[in-house]
Amino acid sequence: MNEYLDLGLISSFVPAASSFAGDIDFLFDMITIIVGFWFIITLATLFYFLLRFRRREGTKAQYITGEKHSEKVWTHYPHYGVIAFDVFLIGFVIVVWVNVKQTLPANEDTIRAIGQQWSWSFVHTGEDGKLDTEDDVNTVNDLHVIKDKTYHFELQSRDVLHNFAVPAFRLRQDTIPGRTIKGWFKPTESGTFDLQCAEICGRGHTMMMAAITVHPDQQSYDETMDAIRSGSYESHFEKKRQLGPVPLPFTVSKTDKSTPYAIELAKSF
Amino acid sequence: MSTHGPIATHRTATGIPTGRLAVWWLMASEIFIFGGLIMCFLLFKFNNAPGFEDASMTSTTAGAFNTFVLLTSSLTIVLAHAAAERGDTAASFRYIWFTIGGGLVFILVKTYEYSTKILHGHTLTDNIFWSFYYTATGLHALHVFGGMVIMAIISFDVRKNYNLQRVELIGIYWHFVDIVWIFLFPILYIANF
Amino acid sequence: MGQQSESIVHEAEVHEAHHEQSFLMKYIFPLDHKMIGFQYMFTGLFMAAIGGYFAYAFRMQLAFPGAEVPLYGFVDPANYNMLVTNHGTIMIFWVAMPVLIAAFGNWMIPLMIGCDDMVFPRLNRLSYQVFLVSALVLILSFFVEGGGFGGAWTSYPPLSAAAEYNLTNWGASLWLLAVALEIVAFLLGGINFITTTMNARAPGMGMMDIPIVIWMINIAVILFMSSVGPLVAGAVMLFFDQRLGTSFFMPSGGGDPLLWQHLFWFFGHPEVYVVLLPTMGIVADIITVFSRKKLFGYRTILYTAFGTGGLSFIVWAHHQFIAGIDPRMANVFVITTILISIPIAEMVFSYIATLYGGSIEFSTPMLWALSFLVSFLIGGVTGIYLGSSAMDIYFHDSYFVVAHFHYTFFPITIIGMFAAITFWFPKMFGRMLDETLNKIHFWGTIIPFNGLFLPLFLVGMAGQHRRIADYTQYPDLASPDLQGIRIFATVSLVIMLLFQFVFIYNFFNSIFKGKKAPMNPWRATTLEWTIPSPPPHGNFAEMPTVYRGPYEYSVPGHDEDYWPQHIPPKSNV
Repeated sequence: MNEYLDLGLISSFVPAASSFAGDIDFLFDMITIIVGFWFIITLATLFYFLLRFRRREGTKAQYITGEKHSEKVWTHYPHYGVIAFDVFLIGFVIVVWVNVKQTLPANEDTIRAIGQQWSWSFVHTGEDGKLDTEDDVNTVNDLHVIKDKTYHFELQSRDVLHNFAVPAFRLRQDTIPGRTIKGWFKPTESGTFDLQCAEICGRGHTMMMAAITVHPDQQSYDETMDAIRSGSYESHFEKKRQLGPVPLPFTVSKTDKSTPYAIELAKSF
Repeated sequence: MSTHGPIATHRTATGIPTGRLAVWWLMASEIFIFGGLIMCFLLFKFNNAPGFEDASMTSTTAGAFNTFVLLTSSLTIVLAHAAAERGDTAASFRYIWFTIGGGLVFILVKTYEYSTKILHGHTLTDNIFWSFYYTATGLHALHVFGGMVIMAIISFDVRKNYNLQRVELIGIYWHFVDIVWIFLFPILYIANF
Repeated sequence: MGQQSESIVHEAEVHEAHHEQSFLMKYIFPLDHKMIGFQYMFTGLFMAAIGGYFAYAFRMQLAFPGAEVPLYGFVDPANYNMLVTNHGTIMIFWVAMPVLIAAFGNWMIPLMIGCDDMVFPRLNRLSYQVFLVSALVLILSFFVEGGGFGGAWTSYPPLSAAAEYNLTNWGASLWLLAVALEIVAFLLGGINFITTTMNARAPGMGMMDIPIVIWMINIAVILFMSSVGPLVAGAVMLFFDQRLGTSFFMPSGGGDPLLWQHLFWFFGHPEVYVVLLPTMGIVADIITVFSRKKLFGYRTILYTAFGTGGLSFIVWAHHQFIAGIDPRMANVFVITTILISIPIAEMVFSYIATLYGGSIEFSTPMLWALSFLVSFLIGGVTGIYLGSSAMDIYFHDSYFVVAHFHYTFFPITIIGMFAAITFWFPKMFGRMLDETLNKIHFWGTIIPFNGLFLPLFLVGMAGQHRRIADYTQYPDLASPDLQGIRIFATVSLVIMLLFQFVFIYNFFNSIFKGKKAPMNPWRATTLEWTIPSPPPHGNFAEMPTVYRGPYEYSVPGHDEDYWPQHIPPKSNV
């Protein structure tokens, strides 16, 4: 939908890397315009009143009950305006929601994500395109998909509630133990993006860092799958973590700067 | 009649005595609590949670007898209230203690039920049905017991011709305890799952 | 029984002589609503200090991950979870509710309706005692083995139901017990509020003559009572899961984790209106006084309050859009959630309309009340994003939510609290607060408040998820820009906390050395301003009779620009 309106408010922070990311960004932009309009009018009115009716020598306040019809219309008409905008907004919201959460378009591949305290296990289908077969590829904290392919996902949990979250896809979905929850996405940009657990799941919730790599084509994906199978694969994410802490506006001295904080903490578990 | 307390307690802008208003309010909050619990039970049942076939194992006889006991005790507390209204404190005192007696019988039957079920292996953690059974009837029994204690305290005041308006108030509470049981009895004892 | 004339005659008989009270009976086990109100207020303020301290500790960890937090120590991930969980829990249950509802309700209901106390003083005392025990149980939970509970204030099972998952065996149960006791305390207290307001009003005070803050507190109490019942049932079930091994919420035993969410949010959503409405009431009472204007559309505001309260029962699943509920159900809740913005909008418009044609004085209470309107407006409009299910797919459990609810809760709790305190301080303590320090405190709170929470919308837009102790571990969130925002927010918080010392000094110094307060320093019309500051035992030497509504300001044909409620009509005051 964001051919019609694209203020780029969210995409300036996070790339829009899935087929419905644009719709969700559009919604954000549209809501911003609608609420922004009401917000500015209301604030402007408030500040105007505060300025115009501040206490002055010799001027007395007026006696207005707000019970007369001619007075009530001043709050009723804006009120109806709010209702109209709300109905308009609800329409768009439902359309996007139905597309993302209520439909399951035909898929070209499936992945399974299993959350547990405190890591993600991912199951890729391998060459036969089916889960639960001999050639499945299992990884930890490292999901691989291919650009422009439609995926179904199956979410499971081994213990408590987790949440499969990929900001770049504008996707979040809780995982519930005892259930398999299905959904879909279609990546549209290649790259490696954060994959978060967005539901507090205990002490290690902070540490449930994972990454999703969108490969530009089948070949790059196959190479990675082969490398994983043969044990020679080093994930982009692992590489980044081994580089140590990211340079920050100002660092605070710690006793040992060589190991990233997370890995130090992991030792204490 | 009580003359203690602030002026506020003796006003009644609505025409309803303050004590009665308060007790109805308390009952409303309790109804939401028990209502919530019962609703959860029904949600599990209609979503086919495992274990609800065990509902056939609760003793319908014991449940029916308890229902009769509670209904009778609701009658006796009404009689106690009527006696208090006409100033017959001795009769009111007697009827309050009949009600307490009814509560005691109820609790004894429940104790018997619990022990037989536990000996058969149906404990709180057996399955969801039994978890609800013990939680709901246990919470209810706690309210029965609490009611008995309060009734005893009120009865001694009544015998001294003091705070007679409280007989009606504890009566309202006791009817609520009765009504909760009227809901629990069918869902835990009668319904064939 | 119960006719007005009878009760007036009766009042003359009932008012007995009061003997001197011991220190213990006056201050530790009081029956007087004013002292009980103080007990709630000071306990709430103390808990606010703890909640603020926790926020300081975890925000320092976020800004400088891994570093030792001055005046606290190291914040490891377990400790971080405990801090955020208890910060939220404390602020809602042990600050917002006791200060806004219990403290000011206790103080103002008898005074504003013209009677000498609550109708059940001993029940009132008991409710505070239960409340105090709940606070102590919560504090105890921090010191048991395993530490305080760290499963978020929402306490979702299975995490909260099994010690093997949450690793805070006793902490989790004590936390739950503390919340349950707090709920019981407020159910008990609520009985007093409703019955007192309904029955103990001064002669002549009809339903529409009650100051709107009293209406709002009572509607809040009704909302609370109606919504908390199922949660109490759920809390019993969760407690049994924790301690007795039942499986109400554990899928392995046939239970359903989502059931807890429904029970929690069925309460949780009305709860936000439970705390909002009293503050809206306080703000209304303040803006009428300081604009010398009658409240615009008293009835309309009342109906919107009822409308909001009623609607608040059918929006709860907007907290669960992506929790695994049937996605079709989400559409229903989008509609109800977006619609609830409508009565609130009308209420806010009515408040702004009250200012029209006024004679506005920017006293400190007025500044707080106005800043509430502006800040809550931001909170309210950002709620639209979250109530839109498709938008919530992105924002669920992100900092956008955190920023939204702080732009609602902070105005409600903190701004509302300071508005009420600065407004009623003269009445409560018989002294005036220093106005310069008041203003310094105001600006020193409001500006850093925005510095703290406005940037959090931005990190939320960047996809930052909640309840994480160290964002520098996430490559997409570890940029210097985003970390810079986190540091800026933390610095704002520290500045804001430092300015609170100005308030603490002003508050205690003014109690002892402030200028003596007249009976009615703000020239207001409601009954609490017709008695000495502070009010004596029994409040009114002569029980008042009410002749008009509570907002008769600037009435044409009167010399004075206010016409108090208790002045008989014939006199031309």
